[in-house]
Amino acid sequence: MKTLGTIAVLVAALGLSACSKTGADRFGADGGAGAGAGYGAGANGAYGDPSSPAYFQQAVGDRVLFLVDQSSLTATAQETLYKQAQWLLTNSDYKAVIEGHADEQGTREYNIALGARRATAVRDFLISQGVPATRLETVSYGKERPIAVCSSEDCYSQNRRAVTVISGSAFSS
Amino acid sequence: MMKPFAHALALALALVAGTAAPVFAQGGPLRIDITQGVIEPMPIAVPQFVAETAGAQDMAAQLTRVIAADLVGTGLFREIPREAHISTISNFSAPVQYADWKAVNAQALVTGAVSTDASGRLIVKFRLHDVFSNGEMGEGLQFAGTTDGWRRMAHKVADQVYSRITGEGPYFDSRVVFVSEQGPKAQRQKRLAIMDYDGANVNYLTDSSSIVLAPRFSPTGDRVLYTSYESGFPRIYVMDVGSATRRPLADQPGTMSFAPRFGPDGNTVVYSVTEGGNTDLYSLNLASGQRNRLTSAPSIETAPSFSPDGSKIVFESDRSGSQQLYIMSASGGEPTRISFGDGRYGTPVWSPRGDMIAFTKQNKGRFHIGVMRVDGSEERLLTASFLDEGPTWSPNGRVIMFTRETQGENGAAALYSVDISGRNLKRVSIPAGGSDPAWSPLQR
Repeated sequence: MKTLGTIAVLVAALGLSACSKTGADRFGADGGAGAGAGYGAGANGAYGDPSSPAYFQQAVGDRVLFLVDQSSLTATAQETLYKQAQWLLTNSDYKAVIEGHADEQGTREYNIALGARRATAVRDFLISQGVPATRLETVSYGKERPIAVCSSEDCYSQNRRAVTVISGSAFSS
Repeated sequence: MMKPFAHALALALALVAGTAAPVFAQGGPLRIDITQGVIEPMPIAVPQFVAETAGAQDMAAQLTRVIAADLVGTGLFREIPREAHISTISNFSAPVQYADWKAVNAQALVTGAVSTDASGRLIVKFRLHDVFSNGEMGEGLQFAGTTDGWRRMAHKVADQVYSRITGEGPYFDSRVVFVSEQGPKAQRQKRLAIMDYDGANVNYLTDSSSIVLAPRFSPTGDRVLYTSYESGFPRIYVMDVGSATRRPLADQPGTMSFAPRFGPDGNTVVYSVTEGGNTDLYSLNLASGQRNRLTSAPSIETAPSFSPDGSKIVFESDRSGSQQLYIMSASGGEPTRISFGDGRYGTPVWSPRGDMIAFTKQNKGRFHIGVMRVDGSEERLLTASFLDEGPTWSPNGRVIMFTRETQGENGAAALYSVDISGRNLKRVSIPAGGSDPAWSPLQR
């Protein structure tokens, strides 16, 4: 019984650490653009200050997902991007880098080009909603920065993404 | 050279002129024809090289081991174990007792000697014997070099043996630049590394602070092109291998550039530029800084590779709706599609002999490394796995190295090689994970 108890505790601990890591990846560091956790967390509700990058990331939704080998925006993606555009128009001090990503089912170079198509699709949509092009940059990581690591559609669908990373006034001036 | 490939199934390795001892006894030449269908590796004896000066014993032992490993590693040779040897070679100049080597069925015998001269230089001599012809095959040769370069001297000896017996060009004295990978899948650390072709002497060229991708050697092996995210965006850099200093390639602001490759002149670089979400091919003259746009299509054009004469470029494009291979003039113009099989084709690489294109193929959820003729005919898949990609050719065009990645949350990338018959698939032994290998030309 004693042994069993130890095992159970260990499993629980592992489960916990796995969860917290997934959480950090989803809402935090993404391809090096990651100071997410450092932003916001003010007193205004669960997501803090509505004009904070943390609020953008978590309440507005910082990412949209794509179908296999596609860069067209789904209806769900367009809803999210509409909210992103509203936020960016309201919080006009901020700029954003849109990171395009691909799942691992593809060759490295092609996936970089595919991620660029996805990032650009997001950029073009935001511009169509009135966000000035000068506030938006794009970059593609191809398949270099997966957030979900299994090799099945559950993970692939999360990895085929474009993430709008709010960059403060880093490249204003 | 092309002829042996006439039959797709005739590509396995073969011993011609009879593999059985009686045939050799009748005087058949010692020869492996790689292009004929072969089953049995040639038995070869590589007794320890003679140490001719005091203190050369260890070096002789190590050299002999590397020579034997090179030869056996091709899958074309089988080493006769030392315990089975009847004769020992204790004097490099003494006559060889061929009967003793016939008795253990060694068809080839390599003898050699190692010494150091007064200035501390290492001297390696060898002879290749055709046992059943009772004589030497080719001239005995001597190499001299620094003690540090002992592995290269071993590779040179093995290259001579390999070339004389197969008639193929040498390739053991070569290096591979690749991306060393460490850490879990979601936080993979990548750095450029260089090693001997067999995985020995790994040296790191960058740290792991930025993602680095797909290094490519210059035609003389002195420089490496690669893509790095150190600016926050993928950009191409050119590194001097000797000093590990690098500079960014001239690029256009607001764009991403990647997938570079040298032309055979060592001065032209062809690569992909992504601008406004669209990826096209460009070439850059390193000396003049002149840049030329080679394609202008709304599709993805990437992974370009020059023909050995520099006149053409093979690349991948999804202009048809899926990734396929195309060839066009090195100055641009209308491309010709060469891939027509099921599935998607990417990362084409022109063979150093000019006769074949190696590629990555995706079909029905599997990845393959394959080869086809330049006109797209005679496609053959050499491998199959969850994820194989990014082939690179050995300097003699007989072996392909590539990336194999395993699936799942603990998935990791490793370097593998396979010969162009699809035989002798094996993992290259390196300290950590590895991807994106690029084979150097033969060293001089």
